[in-house]
Amino acid sequence: MVAGRSVSQRMQAGRQDEAVRGSGDGLADGPDAPHAGKMGWPDGLCQMLDVLCPMHLLIDQKGQIAHVGPTLQRLQTAAMPGRPFLDLFTVTRPRGIRLLADLWRAEGCTLRLMLRDGPGTAFKGCLVRSPSGMVLNLSFGISILDAVKDYALSSADFAPTDMTVEMLYLFEAKSAAMEESRKLNQRLRGAMVAAEEQALTDMLTGLANRRALDQRLSRLHQSREGFGLMHLDLDRFKAVNDTLGHAAGDHVLRHVASVLTEETRGGDTVARIGGDEFVLLFPALQDRAQLDGIAMRIIDRLGAPIPYGADICRIACSIGTVLSGDYAPGDRTRMMADADAALYRAKAAGRGCHRFFRT
Amino acid sequence: MHGLFNRAIQCFVTDTQGSDIWADVARGAGLDGAGLAAMLSEDPVVTRQVLDSAAHVMARPQAELLEDMGTYLVSHPNVGALRRLLRFGGEGFVDFLHSLDDLRDRARLAVADLELPQLELQEHAADRFSLRCLTGAPYRQDRAMTGFGHVMMGVLRGMADDYGALVVLDHAGHQAGAEVIEITLVERCFSTGRDFALGRRAG
Repeated sequence: MVAGRSVSQRMQAGRQDEAVRGSGDGLADGPDAPHAGKMGWPDGLCQMLDVLCPMHLLIDQKGQIAHVGPTLQRLQTAAMPGRPFLDLFTVTRPRGIRLLADLWRAEGCTLRLMLRDGPGTAFKGCLVRSPSGMVLNLSFGISILDAVKDYALSSADFAPTDMTVEMLYLFEAKSAAMEESRKLNQRLRGAMVAAEEQALTDMLTGLANRRALDQRLSRLHQSREGFGLMHLDLDRFKAVNDTLGHAAGDHVLRHVASVLTEETRGGDTVARIGGDEFVLLFPALQDRAQLDGIAMRIIDRLGAPIPYGADICRIACSIGTVLSGDYAPGDRTRMMADADAALYRAKAAGRGCHRFFRT
Repeated sequence: MHGLFNRAIQCFVTDTQGSDIWADVARGAGLDGAGLAAMLSEDPVVTRQVLDSAAHVMARPQAELLEDMGTYLVSHPNVGALRRLLRFGGEGFVDFLHSLDDLRDRARLAVADLELPQLELQEHAADRFSLRCLTGAPYRQDRAMTGFGHVMMGVLRGMADDYGALVVLDHAGHQAGAEVIEITLVERCFSTGRDFALGRRAG
């Protein structure tokens, strides 16, 4: 610590009542109880404290350790009795305890201490004074998790009434339960992602999504049944979103979904494949006049104002249509591309138009 | 029935027999497709179905399977936490046996809604004990824990090994709502046992 005088020298200087001390002869080195008894401690005290508080210290009037509990002694290779207490330990709280006199005044306080040499293990302590000196009981407090590792302590090192082993048990049990819970969360997350990937429904509108559309298309191709395919795109939808907000946009999309569902048959497929893009499949329907009729009804209905609270949303739509009979069986890519091209032609012709790819 | 029981069976089958066998067991128990959601189910019927299916797929009596699962739970490296928690029970195998009286409460400390059967150790002589697993009425109204005695047989076998003790175990059947395991301690320190330190990383 401080250069110059050793801690023990300072302890000697701060010693307040040298006269009170016992026989005063040279201290033996053994940690045995009779030695402490000689110094004026009550008979049998050490044996009792060894069982009840295996981490206690008896400190004599001179500040030297008279006896040490078995668990505390395990933390040091050299025997502690006979050595000045403040040479072995430093008191970190309350601050300013450097001399034996300071320690005397800390009776009953919660002390924080550390071994001067050691892996930085922290102790909690409490001391009481007795005519022969002081009794200091220590515990590891929160540093127990490191201490049991650093010193390879076992349950026999703790008093039967000590909750330390229960605390360690609880710590391990908590870690194990948390770990299992973490794994479960990971598995649930994985399952959720998988479920989303397998979902066939568009969450917002309840229509089929792109994956469902792909499945329906490949089934239609396999069955070799002719069908009509419409690609529908909303006009002015972005303006609704921008001026009235996304809630209004969502409301419009749900309205569109219900119109499309009403204007199609039960076996038809209505899919939302993008923000404001829809595809409609009409199995066994390749009649141009009928398809055009459906398209025009949809265009007509979606052109009507849509009330949203106190506001009115105005959109329109354009539709491009292809017929499966015009393509080689299974040429889905080409069909979709051509439906897209027809849609662009419809848009180019002005809002609210329907075009077939092949006229 | 806590989801951890189903999870324990799944880990046991997967770690000892491989995930293909587990897939067969799950299919046999009708867990197809439901997968994780079913495994989280607290319905004891699901656990029974999984056990029946496991016994069928692995072509072994269920009692034997449960005992192996008990040993697996305390000895397999993948589930080291449980073995460590049980070793907190005491310094030697006899201390450990006595600590089983507290197992139910200790388990609840770790997982609040885990309802293990109450265990009662009776000491007949210094080397003769019986462990009563209170799995049936009047101790428990559900029958979900029937067979837990066999799991405990495996746990005791595994922990005896862990402590280095030599024991003879006998499942003495059911007596008035309890499954009774007779334990004879042949040798306290038969082998050196496995290391255990309170601190996880201590050598």
